[in-house]
Amino acid sequence: MKNIRALFWKEFKNYFSSPVAYIFIIAFLAVTNWLFFKTFFLTNQASLRPFFGLLPWLFLFLAPAITMRSWAEEKKLGTIEMLMTLPVRDYEVVLGKFLSAFAFLALNLALTLPLVLTVALLGDPDPGPIWGGYAGACLLGGTCLSIGLFASGITENQIVAFIIAIVIGFAFLIAGENMMLYSIPSSWGPVFSYLGLGAHFQSIGRGVIDSRDIVYYISMIGFFLFLNQMTIESRK
Amino acid sequence: MIDVEHLSKSYGATRAVQDLSFRVEKGEVIGFLGPNGAGKSTTMRMLTCYISPDAGTARIAGFDITDHPLEVKKRIGYLPENNPLYLDMGIIEYLTFIASLRGIAGGRMRERLRHVVDICGLASMAAKDVGELSKGYRQRLGLAQALIHDPDVLILDEPTIGLDPHQIIEIRHLIKNIGREKTIILSSHILPEVAATCDRVLILNRGAIVGSGTPEELSALSSGGQAIVTAIRGPRDSVEAALAAIEAVDEVRHLGEDGGLQRFELLSREADAVSEKIFFAVAAGGWSLAELYRKSINLEDVFLDLTMREAS
Repeated sequence: MKNIRALFWKEFKNYFSSPVAYIFIIAFLAVTNWLFFKTFFLTNQASLRPFFGLLPWLFLFLAPAITMRSWAEEKKLGTIEMLMTLPVRDYEVVLGKFLSAFAFLALNLALTLPLVLTVALLGDPDPGPIWGGYAGACLLGGTCLSIGLFASGITENQIVAFIIAIVIGFAFLIAGENMMLYSIPSSWGPVFSYLGLGAHFQSIGRGVIDSRDIVYYISMIGFFLFLNQMTIESRK
Repeated sequence: MIDVEHLSKSYGATRAVQDLSFRVEKGEVIGFLGPNGAGKSTTMRMLTCYISPDAGTARIAGFDITDHPLEVKKRIGYLPENNPLYLDMGIIEYLTFIASLRGIAGGRMRERLRHVVDICGLASMAAKDVGELSKGYRQRLGLAQALIHDPDVLILDEPTIGLDPHQIIEIRHLIKNIGREKTIILSSHILPEVAATCDRVLILNRGAIVGSGTPEELSALSSGGQAIVTAIRGPRDSVEAALAAIEAVDEVRHLGEDGGLQRFELLSREADAVSEKIFFAVAAGGWSLAELYRKSINLEDVFLDLTMREAS
């Protein structure tokens, strides 16, 4: 636990040691606010649905941008050798990196809370979908980050890590889309729709917390972190 | 302290280390010497549990590297090849990070930080970022990091590579000081360095030990003794005969003639005694002695000899 904490802070501070973190936060807020307010006054509804609706696509690109550095840079600089010869277990390093990426994403989400305030001041929104939306965003974001971390672990090139993460994330995102479901044999349908990243997010986003959705995200995160640990161990 | 038994490691078809066995006693400083790709780094990576061996094992302070990697890692301070560092961290921040993962906290943390900053001469740089440091200071930081938990064993992979001569001497000095109380393995492909810092040298080539011993033993191995070079003014034949007649001289080689001076190289097992005898032999012959010196220990010859023999 102490090790994970030390690794967490090292990674978390690392985000802010270069301007990248600030650029990222500004970009994230600019895009989300722009897309939200673009339709907000037109639809005239006190709801955050447009905001949450675009989050999966936003996370598809933004989560890999957060994680692409995590392992790729350690490999490129050789610091991974330093890190893995310290008396730490491999899974502690994986968790430390994941949790710090998650904290950074959560910070970004927290900075969108003024949107909630705006909506609450101008109308009378239903709180269920809003808190459900944020909970779902955390789970969905965590899944995208674990995919990104895995991708970062298999290469020492950040750009390659970024692209691989997008490809994997995209595959999971469209797996549950209707267009995909129509084009595959119908017996595969339930599997694909269960694997789809987006559908679970939408059901949580309605304010309905279903244990199946939570189990889905937690097991996706666990699976990719496990793969990540395996690839890091494969150096041996 | 370190027991290595039949360690082997391959990367695909390349056999990086083959059936390596050796022992290092507590307090010994040993040097791995070998050309690039000889298996020095691979061996060190196995000892530090960064990679695991295909076959064989090693024990460090009694702990097996495959069964108890955490216990092994706790007891080793490691400076990897090329000294990788987190460039955007501060120096103290970096040392604190390493120390906390080494299980050091509280008052002991402050004490250890002060100690390593002190002995590695980093005090004047303490406020800087790692990325701002010159190569020599980075190397000191690498050493400081390896020493922070006061380990029993230090493993240093090419600790002086890329430094200027002045810095090399400083780092060497530092290693010598540390080596008084710790068991150290260091690697190098620079011969004088190993000769200057190590109690014992293992010469590696193609993943196997091709020679081992103290620097003196190894140089004796190459020429069968020590060489003395002398330049004498006199007739070549009679001088050569007189030199060959000296008891302790095994072999006399004529190196050439230069303005009436005859140059000879003499091989001898007792170089100390032989110098004076040469002087008296020259005086007795009525010739004059222009030069007389002992050739410096030449590990280079042993090294080339041993590594070439293996290749052919």
